[in-house]
Amino acid sequence: MSFSSFAEFLAMGRHGLYVWSSFGITLVVLALNVALPLLARRRYLQEEARRMRREEMQ
Amino acid sequence: MTMSWTWLHKLGSPKWFYEISGRWLSWLAWAAALLIGIGIAWGLAFAPADYQQGNSFRIIYIHVPAAFLAQSIYVMLAVAGVVGLVWKMKLADVALQQAAPIGAWMCFVALLTGAIWGKPTWGAWWVWDARLTSMLILLFLYFGIIALGQAIGNRDSAAKACAVLAIVGVVNIPIIKYSVEWWNTLHQTATFKLTEKPAMPVEMWLPLLVLVIGFYCFFAVVLLLRMRLEVLKRESRSAWARTEVAALVERRS
Amino acid sequence: MSNVFLLLAMHEARLLCRRPAELANPLVFFAIVIALFPLAVGPETQLLQGISPGLLWVAALLAVLLSLDGLFRGDFEDGSLEQWIVSGYPLPLLVLAKVLAHWLFSGLALVLLAPLLGLMLGLPASALPVLVLSLMLGTPVLSLLGAVGAALTVGLKRGGLLLALLILPLYVPVLILGSGALQAALQGLPATGHLLWLASLAALAVTLAPFAIAAGLTIGVGE
Repeated sequence: MSFSSFAEFLAMGRHGLYVWSSFGITLVVLALNVALPLLARRRYLQEEARRMRREEMQ
Repeated sequence: MTMSWTWLHKLGSPKWFYEISGRWLSWLAWAAALLIGIGIAWGLAFAPADYQQGNSFRIIYIHVPAAFLAQSIYVMLAVAGVVGLVWKMKLADVALQQAAPIGAWMCFVALLTGAIWGKPTWGAWWVWDARLTSMLILLFLYFGIIALGQAIGNRDSAAKACAVLAIVGVVNIPIIKYSVEWWNTLHQTATFKLTEKPAMPVEMWLPLLVLVIGFYCFFAVVLLLRMRLEVLKRESRSAWARTEVAALVERRS
Repeated sequence: MSNVFLLLAMHEARLLCRRPAELANPLVFFAIVIALFPLAVGPETQLLQGISPGLLWVAALLAVLLSLDGLFRGDFEDGSLEQWIVSGYPLPLLVLAKVLAHWLFSGLALVLLAPLLGLMLGLPASALPVLVLSLMLGTPVLSLLGAVGAALTVGLKRGGLLLALLILPLYVPVLILGSGALQAALQGLPATGHLLWLASLAALAVTLAPFAIAAGLTIGVGE
């Protein structure tokens, strides 16, 4: 552990803003990269479900 | 020799790819989550601060993996392009077009973290440093591939055109890199490089290694997710894809 | 083969004579862009001289790029591209001939116009040979790389902006070396190193780019 207290860990020795913002943005981008294909997949399956229901009715 | 060829064609079969990638996916996802989690905690809290840059140095733990990934994804695009053009493997086309946006995102992360890191180090949000500048040009190259893929309506021609562009880009990247570095030494904008360390101690580079591997696993997960969806869409006429979609719809409702 | 090259060059010359605007437009564009900068940054000779290497090169690069949009479109639309592909002649050599023929008329004119604009920006006469030489070596590379983009976008209705997006990042080394040569000449340093590098880039482009152009055209025609 290179920090003696949690407050010190958050402050990152005057560089807290830079360190935390870059880690935060990176995590958001990573999450976005996972979420986008998952959402697209859900949309595709919903469309397919609707299409199948239509075909069943006919 | 014949063995390897059947293997290649088997790998090229969308059905086989869909099955095998389904099995890999959860393992890769666990590996990526674990490695990135451990690496970030290690890098943020346990690795020692740099004696010159202080704690802003910790941005290296995401800047460098993202930059590595952005560069290797471009090379991968060109390799997929060659495979697609020479062996007419459709799966390579899918990989090329699905990997390009991920590479652009990684480029964006590397640029943004580089800029944020630059503020406490150089006192400016953007410095025309050789590495950052080449990364910016790489981002433009990614934009070109994505734009070309979207502009061409026909799916097969789009994949082939993107493949040619990726190969042309890969031939040019070393030339661009060297010329930018040389331009930078002539003008001497940044006196002190972000990531160039004489010798990083083990407790500093070990978390970096963990994160680099974690980012590669993450890329594999996202690429497989995107490719699996694209394969399902492209094969929507074939029997196996229909049964798979039906089963997935069943499971959701 | 030299026969085919001559024929293509003559064909290109005839086309350009029929539509002289195609030859003149990039040149006028080059001159206008150069004229815009003193209006934008002020007429101080010192400042203009300092930025003239970059200015001349960026303007030349954009002019070459603009002249290339539609390089293959005519051949694509009237079906001569398909005839090239089935003609039995190696396609990379044919496209090389076509691009060089095009450069001979449009690129060379740009090279000849540049010293005049350079003088207007306050370049000393001693730097003008380096300007001409660097453009002479650099513009064929720009033409060949741009032709790759023109080939990849040949079947698209509106390829202009896309062409720029695809190709401008690839122009970076030529831009750095070309304007670097001129900057060195301005400071009274020898520019031979830059020019040699430019020459090797030109050799590389002449050998490799035709294959990419041919591949791009084949894809466009097959669509």
